[in-house]
Amino acid sequence: MKYLCLVYLEEQKLHAVPDAECIACGEGLTNRGLLVAAEALQPTETATTVRVRNGRMSVTDGPFAETKEQLAGFYLIEARDLNDAIQVAAKIPPAREGSIEVRPIRALGPA
Amino acid sequence: MPATDPVREAVNAVYLSDSRRVLATLIRLLGDFEIAEEALHDAFRVALEQWPRDGVPANPRAWLVSTGRFKAIDGIRRLARFAALDDVGDEADIAVDDAAAWADPESVEDDRLRLIFTCCHPALAHDAQVALTLREVCGLTTEEIAQAFLTPAPTLAQRIVRAKAKIRDARIPYQVPTPAELAERLEAVLRVIYLVFNEGYAASSGESLTRHDLSAEAIRLGRLLVELLPEPEARGLLALMLLHESRRAARTSRSGELILLDDQDRSLWDQDQIAEGTRLVEQALASRRAGRYTIQAAIAALHAEAPTAAATDWAEIVGLYDALLGTDPSPVIELNRAVAVAMRDGPAAGLALVDAILERGDLLDYRLAHATRAELCRRLDRTADARASYERALALAKQGPERRFLARRIAELSS
Repeated sequence: MKYLCLVYLEEQKLHAVPDAECIACGEGLTNRGLLVAAEALQPTETATTVRVRNGRMSVTDGPFAETKEQLAGFYLIEARDLNDAIQVAAKIPPAREGSIEVRPIRALGPA
Repeated sequence: MPATDPVREAVNAVYLSDSRRVLATLIRLLGDFEIAEEALHDAFRVALEQWPRDGVPANPRAWLVSTGRFKAIDGIRRLARFAALDDVGDEADIAVDDAAAWADPESVEDDRLRLIFTCCHPALAHDAQVALTLREVCGLTTEEIAQAFLTPAPTLAQRIVRAKAKIRDARIPYQVPTPAELAERLEAVLRVIYLVFNEGYAASSGESLTRHDLSAEAIRLGRLLVELLPEPEARGLLALMLLHESRRAARTSRSGELILLDDQDRSLWDQDQIAEGTRLVEQALASRRAGRYTIQAAIAALHAEAPTAAATDWAEIVGLYDALLGTDPSPVIELNRAVAVAMRDGPAAGLALVDAILERGDLLDYRLAHATRAELCRRLDRTADARASYERALALAKQGPERRFLARRIAELSS
């Protein structure tokens, strides 16, 4: 069985835990054969929301999913830039029912 | 150095004519807005030092790009010596891009389009798109933009900083959109330009009715866009702005009071702007791809051609509003159509349409809906209804001249 462990933090606590500690945690899980993928995210200010309604794509600034929308899945993709990522996101089928938040990955740095 | 120094004047002239182009190219070469802005300032600083000694270079723009680029790379290398971080090394690699790239005139012209499309990228907040465009494309200072939009300067500065951070961190590419994306992306650019124009044309609050500089800036942007990307809707938007702008002198009395279109002295309308606007509308319509800006411009052109309000081709205007509702259905356009119907078929026909919009629950908080209803009731001698609607409009109006206009109408009803 696979489980997704989602990390929630207040914006001002984004760097409360040192990157090195997170890297060590990831390495520990990898050594035990438990880790599939782990990434840190850029702050919500870098987020872009993509929706498709009546076949038309809309792109807006921010992570403004409707409050009644629940996290339902994720795609970790490789894209050249945000335009590329938006094109991919718009083709994810639930984009036409809900919204796809596109958020860049943050590379963990040695503290 | 005296202020009249000819070299210093030459530097200032080049700053005014070319600093935005130089910036646009530096952003491409350096891959970062902040670094490019710093490089631009460094380049002009060096120009002030060197041009008096060595003379103004034959191609000042190319000189500024190459000097700015050199300064930035120098700075990045110096930083790399201190920090020795891998990613700083990467940035230096990006910076030492193809040295000939900046000299290619076609990519240099494209740089200005890249800058416009990046500033108006839909992944940026709408107010950030406007602020960034005025700052980077038009070269307005943060203080000037803040003042024009009645926003505190620190709020505006923060908005610009955030937008630039998002461009960098989310990697918004510095590109002209592909043909497949162009229509949608152009729409965002046109929206930003029209918003700037409207903010200048009819400030939504405050004492001064028009903030001329913003409208002039929007028209300048519109011209630039038509020059760089002659799409029909870009022409349509420029036409629309010019045709509105042509009435500026007639819109307010000497004491700053609002004068409605019907009552304006048409001899005050700017005929050069009308001629240019009309020509652009015809070009845009000939493309057979008329969008909402072109249709609105066509309506404005019909007003501009009419010798009097009564002699306006109202039937044609109603038809254009029908077309506009087809591409862009909105209650505000329905309201405008109702006014045209009132002129064509009489106030009772227009009032029925306005009442239908309000009864549906649309535009209840829109001052012009109530002002229009009041005006139509007044023409029908329904004084009590007119007064109630004028009062409703007055309660919603924020702008000094508009409030005084409505108060005057109410007073006239009583006399």
